[in-house]
Amino acid sequence: MSVQKSTVIFAWILLLPAVLYVMAIVAYPLVDTFILSFTDASLRKTTNWVGWVNYEKIFNATFAEVILRTFIWTFFSVSIKMIIGTFGATMLNAAVPGRSLFRLLTMPPWIVPMAIGIFMWGWMYNGQFGMISGLLQRFGLTDGPVAFLAYGSTAFWATIITDVWIGVPLVTIYFLAAIQSIPKDLYEAAWTDGAGRFYRFRRITLPLMVPAIITMSMLSLIATFNSFDIIWILTQGGPSGQTTTMIIDTYQTAIGSKKYGEGAARAVLICIFLSLFCFAYFRVTRRLNPEKRA
Amino acid sequence: MSSPAMIDRYRWWEIVLIYCGIALFLAFVLSPFVEGFLVSLKPLSQLFSSPYRFWPENGSFEAYRTMWVSVPGFGRYIFNSFFISIIVTIVVLCLVIPASYAFARFEFRGMGILLGAFLTVNMFSGAVLLIPLFRLMRSMGVLNTYLAMIVPGVAFLIPSAIWLLRTYMIRIPQELNEAAYMDGASHFYTLRRVILPIAMPGIIVVAITTFIGAYAQQFIFALTFNSKTEYMPLPVGLFAYFGKQEVIWNELMAASFVGILPAMVVIFFLQRYLVGGLTAGAVKQ
Repeated sequence: MSVQKSTVIFAWILLLPAVLYVMAIVAYPLVDTFILSFTDASLRKTTNWVGWVNYEKIFNATFAEVILRTFIWTFFSVSIKMIIGTFGATMLNAAVPGRSLFRLLTMPPWIVPMAIGIFMWGWMYNGQFGMISGLLQRFGLTDGPVAFLAYGSTAFWATIITDVWIGVPLVTIYFLAAIQSIPKDLYEAAWTDGAGRFYRFRRITLPLMVPAIITMSMLSLIATFNSFDIIWILTQGGPSGQTTTMIIDTYQTAIGSKKYGEGAARAVLICIFLSLFCFAYFRVTRRLNPEKRA
Repeated sequence: MSSPAMIDRYRWWEIVLIYCGIALFLAFVLSPFVEGFLVSLKPLSQLFSSPYRFWPENGSFEAYRTMWVSVPGFGRYIFNSFFISIIVTIVVLCLVIPASYAFARFEFRGMGILLGAFLTVNMFSGAVLLIPLFRLMRSMGVLNTYLAMIVPGVAFLIPSAIWLLRTYMIRIPQELNEAAYMDGASHFYTLRRVILPIAMPGIIVVAITTFIGAYAQQFIFALTFNSKTEYMPLPVGLFAYFGKQEVIWNELMAASFVGILPAMVVIFFLQRYLVGGLTAGAVKQ
């Protein structure tokens, strides 16, 4: 199509409402966060310029721990999601009776409002009466009840598992699509050469899934890094801060303690990390399919 | 779609292994629902008794009745949740359909950058921008109204909706546009009468994913921007079952199932579109 002036104008008319809306509700607050982070804004509305004070305050041993914990939490959550997603997609791709029903049954954690799924996990983790503790005792694996959310180390893993559970459906369906887009003649050729099923999986399926796995890990990394609901509902960052990630810490500072300035400085730090992930994502996806993208 | 079965048949033990794998996978995915449902059938006394029992003993649907009594506003929470999600979905569609059409059909300077910018926005969650959003909602005077949850909700769902719908619209043959222009149709007429009907399956997928997303976001925005019970959506409203002493778990679970049932039914009927649309979008991306 020739690029006429009227066409360009029409395109912009179509775009403008969405662009303006996102600018008002996302871009403006982003700028506002940045400005706020240099002030002592709080509920009392005394807004004075304080320079780098908020930033100097957050760089201490406790916060370094929070950052480190956020990365560990994200790393394990994303890795486990990828492993279970690959496993699930492979299983659901097998041509056995009932597979469309099984595919449908993977959806609920994604469809259900997040908070409801988290409440269900909250009960599962209940030390005295929950299913996990109950079954562990029934099979004699533990002597007494295990209150998973009461101890730092178990609470940490409990929140990760719940995050994995919520993320797995989308990862699985995405990987399933990736497997199905692999050309069938590759398998046929390998089969003619006498390659076994496992060999074909390891030498054809897995390597050709790598782009999908990388793309999904990047997207999942960003979502997991931002994950708020799960930790907030299950532990509120406790016990004694053992599940406090950067997002939780920011929320506690800004909304809980009403220290807007200090909270904003933390939010800016998160934005910097997110921008780095974003940048990496663009680089990686561009390398994966260089002919695409304007 | 041909499958490996056309190459060589599974041996019996391979089929057993596959079913075991699927069972293991689905056990992880579904166990909270199974346990949640069983909890909703148990009387409270049985829940808080040792030793742990998996199956309810003389279970009943009693909690599904009492939940309406112990939290009188519960019906309102469900209504609020659906109301907010539906409005958010409608607004997102109105903004996103023209925008994705522009991205899919026209080439203009800055398009790549703008698309990238939308993707970047997608990566900032509402949680990061909560403080300025709070100030913005306050200065707009919409705190403690539906708008406090609708306005920010829309913004964070626009980018992914644009990306998904764009991949759909790109696949509509360009010739259709040209034929319409030949007949003297305007840009706007072409979009409304030629493109929209063909893009319908894609629009349905975007509508569903947006609806689900709107439902999921309600927690943090409602928690921060709304303190009035009359506007409270379901995810936050469920906290009403957290009593002073203990959580009324059987009613909480019953309420959860009542709350999600309508959404589940809708999605069950639309899932054909959903799986197809998501995978198509995913592969293209």
